[in-house]
Amino acid sequence: MAKDGAGAAGGMTDAAARPPLVRFEAVTKRFGGVAAVNNLSLDIGAGEFFGLLGPSGCGKSTLLRMLAGFETPDEGRILLDGRDIAAMPPHLRPVNMMFQSYALFPHLTVAGNVAFGLKQEHLSRPEIERRVAEMLALVQLHDLGGRKPHQLSGGQRQRVALARALVKRPKVFLLDEPLAALDKKLRAETQFELMALQEKLGLSFIVVTHDQEEAMTMADRIGVMSQGRLAQVGTAAEIYEQPATRWVAEFIGDVNLLEGTVSEAAGEAVTVTTSAGTLRATSPGAVAPGQSVAVAIRPEKFHISAEQPAGEAGNGLAGEVTDVGYLGDMSLYKVKLDTGIVVKAASVNVTRLLQRPIGWNQRVWLTFAPDAAVVLTS
Amino acid sequence: MLRGFSRFNLASLALGLAFLYLPIVILVIYSFNDSKLVTVWGGWSLRWYRALLEDSAMLDAAWVSLRIALLSATAATILGTLAALALVRAGYFRGRLPFSAMIYAPLVLPEVIIGLSLLLLFVALNVDRGFWTTTLAHTTLTMCFVTVIVQSRLLSFDWSLEEAAMDLGCPPLRAFLAVTLPLILPAIVSGWMLAFTLSLDDFVIASFTTGPGATTLPIRIYSEVRLGVKPEINAICTIMIAVVALVVVIASLLAKRNAASRDQHALGAPM
Ligand SMILES: Nc1ncnc2c1ncn2[C@@H]1O[C@H](COP(=O)(O)OP(=O)(O)OP(=O)(O)O)[C@@H](O)[C@H]1O
Ligand SMILES: [Mg+2]
Repeated sequence: MAKDGAGAAGGMTDAAARPPLVRFEAVTKRFGGVAAVNNLSLDIGAGEFFGLLGPSGCGKSTLLRMLAGFETPDEGRILLDGRDIAAMPPHLRPVNMMFQSYALFPHLTVAGNVAFGLKQEHLSRPEIERRVAEMLALVQLHDLGGRKPHQLSGGQRQRVALARALVKRPKVFLLDEPLAALDKKLRAETQFELMALQEKLGLSFIVVTHDQEEAMTMADRIGVMSQGRLAQVGTAAEIYEQPATRWVAEFIGDVNLLEGTVSEAAGEAVTVTTSAGTLRATSPGAVAPGQSVAVAIRPEKFHISAEQPAGEAGNGLAGEVTDVGYLGDMSLYKVKLDTGIVVKAASVNVTRLLQRPIGWNQRVWLTFAPDAAVVLTS
Repeated sequence: MLRGFSRFNLASLALGLAFLYLPIVILVIYSFNDSKLVTVWGGWSLRWYRALLEDSAMLDAAWVSLRIALLSATAATILGTLAALALVRAGYFRGRLPFSAMIYAPLVLPEVIIGLSLLLLFVALNVDRGFWTTTLAHTTLTMCFVTVIVQSRLLSFDWSLEEAAMDLGCPPLRAFLAVTLPLILPAIVSGWMLAFTLSLDDFVIASFTTGPGATTLPIRIYSEVRLGVKPEINAICTIMIAVVALVVVIASLLAKRNAASRDQHALGAPM
């Protein structure tokens, strides 16, 4: 408490200077000897929309369940508002969770489900009714209060689960794959609804998802989890444009990884000798000549053209198109470079298909600016 | 064409039903017989039901049976439900397998053996046999049936419901009472009803464990029949059949509703 409190006095305006609302300190949780969460540390601020992203089984739900109180960490501490909550049972934590299965009470009506948590607080009846009505209106279910959960559609059930947890006014709202059961269109709408709700209520949201687009759309910051550890924490742009590791680069979106060794390093500008040729790229961290690294280039960072570029301004790779994928707004190309390596390139279809100049077996040149490629050391 | 009501299917169905129910139907019809002779039809009458009302020994026995059934079914339901909860919820613990096997043993053990072993126990403990020993014995017998019924419900129970209740501010016990219990109640009630009917018709175990002054209805009937079948016996048996049938029908309706609500719930839970 004391350590965190010191920063609180001065920097109330600056979110980063405030003590974090939730702090995981070197938390480890093992199931039968296998660590589901492994020595993980993470701070989440008040009012932040935090996305937890990771492949299935990497420990996302376990992390949430530890915060909600359903699992106890084997090592490390979890602080909420600066207080260690290890000894606090789930029903006393000012944290509410929306379950992956929604876990609506089938024997209660929609209104009964939403009122359930308020009844535990022994509020007066009119107060409960008022808050339930208010919450049902917020999630646009005011005329369905009398229905039972099995009489609702998937999207409506999702909103009941949302209302039931939010009506408790938690400090932190945990959502375990809240949109997994919705179809694509409803999912996109609900993403924006969730963001609007979060902004309106000013709560901290921690949302688990394994859909990277969803995380990138909604979250202020994203934690990418892999095998119980956080591989990277940052904004969507940071994670996409400046992945910390090869694994993160490949997990988020499409990427071409060209392995090589550093031949020249001058600050951020680095020259790497790869099997595809000598490439100039940007390195966020310091690298030394001779170090083996990977150059990561997203497919859309390539400029693909049928004519050999005139100048020698950027990096140039020559090859032959082996595969074209037409996605409507974009086209994806697989290009077999003269060095034998196959890379993926994407370009926005600004012209209509019939006029598109690049086809199968065509010789193309891929160029990219040095700052479009990132050097990855791990 | 093997499906539908072919003549062969109809005949075999009728024969099967007759085989099962003819004796019972005859018993019921003859309970309304006016004649004193069990085998001679003398017209319809409620005479033997009236006679039954004056047969205090028979009524006492019925009252003893009813009390034993109510008490033992209730005790068995509480214990059986707790056992089912322990088995399902505790997950894996050392000795789980022997524990569950031991709970199920009375399902397959011959009743004679259960009765005899209880008799030996009561004799060894020097307990006077009677009402309470029989109640205890019936609790032992019927508890495992309750456990089986409740356990099968709990195996499909979505435990995140209970977690959700705790998350919303319920202490664990209240979460159980407010969410889990109402949802598994139909299974518990059908378990109780099964225990009740089992206790009501038990003859074998009661004959080992009861004593003077606590004659149960089946024992009473058996001892009367040894002196010759009186039409009154038909009447009391008809009443018993009615009670048991009623309980069984209610229990199966509950089980059906239980299954239906489970399906609805399964629909409710995505994926
Ligand atoms: N109660 C448990 N007992 C044993 N192992 C468990 C338990 N809960 C989780 N695990 C294991 O811990 C690991 C992490 O599980 P977790 O549920 O946190 O994954 P997740 O990231 O939420 O995955 P998903 O995206 O599939 O939901 C998995 O390997 C899982 O098998
Ligand atoms: Mg999960």
